[in-house]
Amino acid sequence: MLAYIARRLASTVLVMGIVAVFIFLLLHLSPGDPAAIIAGDNATGEQIAAIRKQLGLDDALPVQFFRWLTAVLRGDLGISIFSNEPVLKLIGQRIEPTLSLALTTLFVAVSLAVTFGVVAAWKVGSWIDRLLMVVSVIGFSVPVFVVGYMLIYVFSITLRWLPVQGYSPIDQGLWPWIERLILPSIALGLAYVALIARITRTTMLDVLAEDYIRTARAKGVATRSMLLKHALKNAGVPIVKVIGIGVALLIGGVVITETVFNIPGVGRLVVDAISKRDYPIIQGVILIFSGVYVLVNLLVDLSYTLLDPRIRY
Amino acid sequence: MTLAATSEAVIVAPRPRAGFRRFARRNPTIVAGGFILTLIALLAIFAPLFAGDAITMNPALRLRPPSQTNWLGTDHLGRDVFARTVYGARISLLVGLSVSAMSIIIGLNIGLISGYFRKVDAVVMRLMDGLMAIPAILLAIALVALTRSSVSTVIFAITIPEIPRVVRLVRAVVLGVREAPYVEAAIAGGTPTWKILLRHILPNTIAPLIVQATYICASAILIEAALSFLGAGTPPEIPTWGNMIAQSRLFLSRAPWTIFAPGIALALVVLAVNLLGDGLRDRLDPRLARRM
Repeated sequence: MLAYIARRLASTVLVMGIVAVFIFLLLHLSPGDPAAIIAGDNATGEQIAAIRKQLGLDDALPVQFFRWLTAVLRGDLGISIFSNEPVLKLIGQRIEPTLSLALTTLFVAVSLAVTFGVVAAWKVGSWIDRLLMVVSVIGFSVPVFVVGYMLIYVFSITLRWLPVQGYSPIDQGLWPWIERLILPSIALGLAYVALIARITRTTMLDVLAEDYIRTARAKGVATRSMLLKHALKNAGVPIVKVIGIGVALLIGGVVITETVFNIPGVGRLVVDAISKRDYPIIQGVILIFSGVYVLVNLLVDLSYTLLDPRIRY
Repeated sequence: MTLAATSEAVIVAPRPRAGFRRFARRNPTIVAGGFILTLIALLAIFAPLFAGDAITMNPALRLRPPSQTNWLGTDHLGRDVFARTVYGARISLLVGLSVSAMSIIIGLNIGLISGYFRKVDAVVMRLMDGLMAIPAILLAIALVALTRSSVSTVIFAITIPEIPRVVRLVRAVVLGVREAPYVEAAIAGGTPTWKILLRHILPNTIAPLIVQATYICASAILIEAALSFLGAGTPPEIPTWGNMIAQSRLFLSRAPWTIFAPGIALALVVLAVNLLGDGLRDRLDPRLARRM
């Protein structure tokens, strides 16, 4: 088991190393001079040369890479070109809305999706099963921003039940915080719910066909206990796996959702950086988001042994 | 299939129309998805003949609701939303098709080589793991932000994150058949490696790749729209669904049609491609179909 964890950690470090190389090369192997990109369209030759020198772009690529990597490992993601502030600080200032949105969506979507999938598998062909098919078709086809604008139009503009957009920090009251997260979470979570609920339904259908379920029912185990203890526990591994994979969906969706609902989070930071070509910010945010994704999937892999004692490494 | 059905099929040559009807009954999703897609593709191709002007601004007619002259109303610059929505289909379909074709071609080559040659495999798969760890939209944003935005940049930027998915699929198929008796027989018979790959291994990848291509197409259309929406996609002067929604953001309460028309068109195309993909998957890969 320890050997497995060690091996899994080593491969995680390797993957993150490769991610770092990719992100580094993105800027440095792109067509055109990064200094010229950073300096903007109206820069003079001297300004570009100054930026080249400041960024150390005249050194060999491997030298630049290791300089950048050691800085990143020390927690230095560079300085924003536009605001001259450290990228890590800018991200830190905006992490609360992003974490609030991502974690509430994760929590609500997973609990909804698993319940939905279990009930749909238990009552195959019922209205709830068919509703799940409809939700998953919509979830996979309608993009986050279209769902978002439809929700805003119906619930904020027409019915006036909820605020249109924005974010209210949690320390300024729980209800304003919740109120502004409801619609973004639904928009962001729809595809995620569809994904998890479908996998839950299929794995549950497989498990419910097993002999030990029939045995449990025959000896009179209550339905709720049969579904949750006997069936869902055995369907755990594929469900947790898809929850981990789906985090990529969530991360990409956060960027879009924050734009739709005007939430001042890390996603907005990166979108604003696109138009300003603030490269250190784009690089830093991608690195952190990829790191989160890799880390979540490491935890998911390690959780298999807890979920299913038959899995040994 | 029952014996009666087979013998009937042998005796009576099936009429084409009856054949289609049976195909449609057995594969409703393929037919529905294919029908919607064909319709939209025809509208996109013949747009210049009927859609009208999608570019000219007409400030006097801004934010008009749907009417007889402007079927889907006008946007904040007085441009016809119907015409723009129809023209927008061109970019979406172009991006969807190009990205799926390119990522399949590149991924197929890498996957065949990686699956067949163990030494290459270790390196390639680590690279693919790294590429897959970067969320697709962010990778595409970075690639577009670096270069001047154009339709071809967008296609390239969406293709890159899709490649690892194809590589993994092809590699899994290759690993599955590499030890098969007929491949070993070919090796023993002295068949050159390229011929083994092409003649004996490649055909096994075609069915799963067709299914994969439809899913890549759907995801490419969604990512293109998201990129344009975020301002990191096709140049804003080109009418695409993402650009239309991005430019109409501030007018949601006054002119919802400017957002909902391209939004619904987008959802409809992705839905059609997904339906086609699900249908093809059920037909080509029954084992996988049961899992979903």
